[in-house]
Amino acid sequence: MAENSQQTADREVMSSIINRYPPERRFILAIMQDLQKQFNYLPKEALQMTAEHVNTPMTVIFSMATFYKAFSLVPKGRVVLKTCDGTACHIKGSTIIIDEVYKILGIRPGETTPDGQFSLETVNCLGACAIAPVLLANDRVYPKVTPALLREIIEENRGQ
Amino acid sequence: MNQLEVKPNHETRMILVCCGTGCLANGSAAVYEALCDALQGNDKIQVETFAKATGCNGLCEKGPLVKILPDDITYCKVKAEDVPEIVEKTLQQGELVQRLLYRDPATKKYYKSHHETDFYKKQKKVALRNIGEIDPTSVQDYLDRGGYQALEKALKEMSPAEVIEEVLKSGLRGRGGGGFPTGLKWKACAAVDNPPRYVICNGDEGDPGAFMDRSILEGDPHTVLEGMIICAYAIGASNGFIYVRDEYDLAVKNLTKAIENARECGYLGKNILGSDLSFDIELVRGGGAFVCGEETALINSIQGNVGEPWDKYVFPTERGLWGQPTVINNVETWANIPVIIKDGAANFASIGTEGSKGTKVFSLVGKVVNTGLVEVPMGTTLREIIYDIGGGIQNGRQFKAVQTGGPSGGCIPENLLDLPVDFDTLTEAGSMMGSGGMIVMDDRTCMVEVARYYVNFLAEESCGKCVPCREGISLLLETLTRICEGKGKPEDLDLLESMSSTIQQAALCALGRTAPNPVLSTLKYFRDEYLEHINNHRCPAGICKELTEFYIDAELCTGCGRCRRNCPADAISGEKKKAHTIDPAKCIKCGDCINNCKFQAVKVK
Repeated sequence: MAENSQQTADREVMSSIINRYPPERRFILAIMQDLQKQFNYLPKEALQMTAEHVNTPMTVIFSMATFYKAFSLVPKGRVVLKTCDGTACHIKGSTIIIDEVYKILGIRPGETTPDGQFSLETVNCLGACAIAPVLLANDRVYPKVTPALLREIIEENRGQ
Repeated sequence: MNQLEVKPNHETRMILVCCGTGCLANGSAAVYEALCDALQGNDKIQVETFAKATGCNGLCEKGPLVKILPDDITYCKVKAEDVPEIVEKTLQQGELVQRLLYRDPATKKYYKSHHETDFYKKQKKVALRNIGEIDPTSVQDYLDRGGYQALEKALKEMSPAEVIEEVLKSGLRGRGGGGFPTGLKWKACAAVDNPPRYVICNGDEGDPGAFMDRSILEGDPHTVLEGMIICAYAIGASNGFIYVRDEYDLAVKNLTKAIENARECGYLGKNILGSDLSFDIELVRGGGAFVCGEETALINSIQGNVGEPWDKYVFPTERGLWGQPTVINNVETWANIPVIIKDGAANFASIGTEGSKGTKVFSLVGKVVNTGLVEVPMGTTLREIIYDIGGGIQNGRQFKAVQTGGPSGGCIPENLLDLPVDFDTLTEAGSMMGSGGMIVMDDRTCMVEVARYYVNFLAEESCGKCVPCREGISLLLETLTRICEGKGKPEDLDLLESMSSTIQQAALCALGRTAPNPVLSTLKYFRDEYLEHINNHRCPAGICKELTEFYIDAELCTGCGRCRRNCPADAISGEKKKAHTIDPAKCIKCGDCINNCKFQAVKVK
């Protein structure tokens, strides 16, 4: 299969990430975290390269990729909205925020909008309970989110 | 080490801008930048002034916080726009900006310094002693406050056995939840003659509603390193690992910097401070699995496996990381070690209760006025924490319960508020200390739904290795969901109880064995609420949507229109100054009206 320049470039990035770590099994988690940050998901090819690098069967890599919540095997949106559903956020109405996201963007936790702009996830606790309910749009933390604020946040992050 | 750093003395002024996660989210980075810009080349300020970004001060509710030293002024909710006024009035003219001072909600009195407020007065800072006072990225700041003196003392004046003895005498118990005596752990590990030995810091703070460890790692990373290095000396370890949640960006960043700086200064590496001790620390970022907070699962994760626990017939102190003797302690535990060594065990043991020495950090959150991070001596009562420090319940509502111990903890009702908090009393009350989450609930919290929430959390986080946990928790969840939807039957309560007891006895690790706690404690103290759901198909708190209908009490409604304007579903109608009504067909039961009504006119049918 002919390979386009994007694929070649991606592969170079993958290999540079993987080669940053010594070929030991204990670095699988760190490699996958860096890959996830770079690509917003774990491309299959990258996992195969990781398996070869640390000389570990693909089954082990796959079981780790599916066990840990930080990883996704499908591409995520450009903006990942993470609503905190930790206890403090929960009793302060995080489920209402989740419902509102569905109303505005039509996505539920784990889903991505068809245009690839937004993904929605819930996280268990961001450790920012004093400013609950909290929403994360990529790395930006939004405190005390209400349905009205949510609309503004989504507009702010749309199509930059 | 940053040699260029100017050491502050009494002729200089220091402005500390809180840049903990809470304050950052409220815009403290912009405040810090604006301050730095304003100070740059400002010749109207007489006293030489420096600005510093610090870790979390605890009172996140009032953030961003700005402290000015040595004047001891604290400004709350500071915005970048307030900076010119602060510079002009306070820094140039020496006056206070009153509107930015802390104002007691009850007495309406203004306080110049945060030290004078009730929130801080009843606290005692040991583990959090430096946080909010130092720039976490500066090793010099840590040294200025007595940092690494404990390590020097241990290396130069004490034998490894003496260090262990000191920790034993202090009575320190593990702050991660287990409450196991730290000194015993160290002693057991040192006694296993099978090097290499390892030291691990458990920073996989997964309990929802808890952020003590996050604040320590972000705000004072060197204290954790110092604690671990002292342990390495005591037990003869060669390598250490800090396992921290990858979601804690700032903690990862500050820790990475701290480890680098510690190496440069000779606190890590070969022949530390000229002694025979060689020890280094590596950072491991967690993958977001709650069960990895369990020590054997965490060890598996560091080794490059899925984070499944194993049965502890043999403790990690004997066979831990890569089968070698390992000491694993929680972040807050490590933060206490330098204090114990430097000031002596007796000093530490003078704080606290008979069975629980020292202080405990709690993240006081939920429906309480002063949400934030607090550190109190063991033995402080729940009432003191929630009412004196926390300032009581938000919006003048009714206290219902306080949940401690994370998802595996329990809910404690009002009649136990005078319970002095320590490891043993909380366990007796059917909850536990856990890592220190303290979530306050009011009459708008449904206890059945809370139990369902925790069980749902644990069902998702169960690793699936053992049957009682995997299947048992799912069954609890199914049953609780049924009750919340109004389809519960009276015999469901027996089912919950018998299934809970099976899980408690048969699950492999602590996650499973403690999973029924939220169910059992709510059943014990709030059985009426379960029965109301089952028998009368009613959720008294107005949370379970299927069972809730809101109405407005015409006698109490003043027709202010607040609820009508805020209703996201346009379900409320009414003329100005006349009683309003809710259209149940349109109502989405979000509760915005009942939460914000100043006249308590919105009620649950």
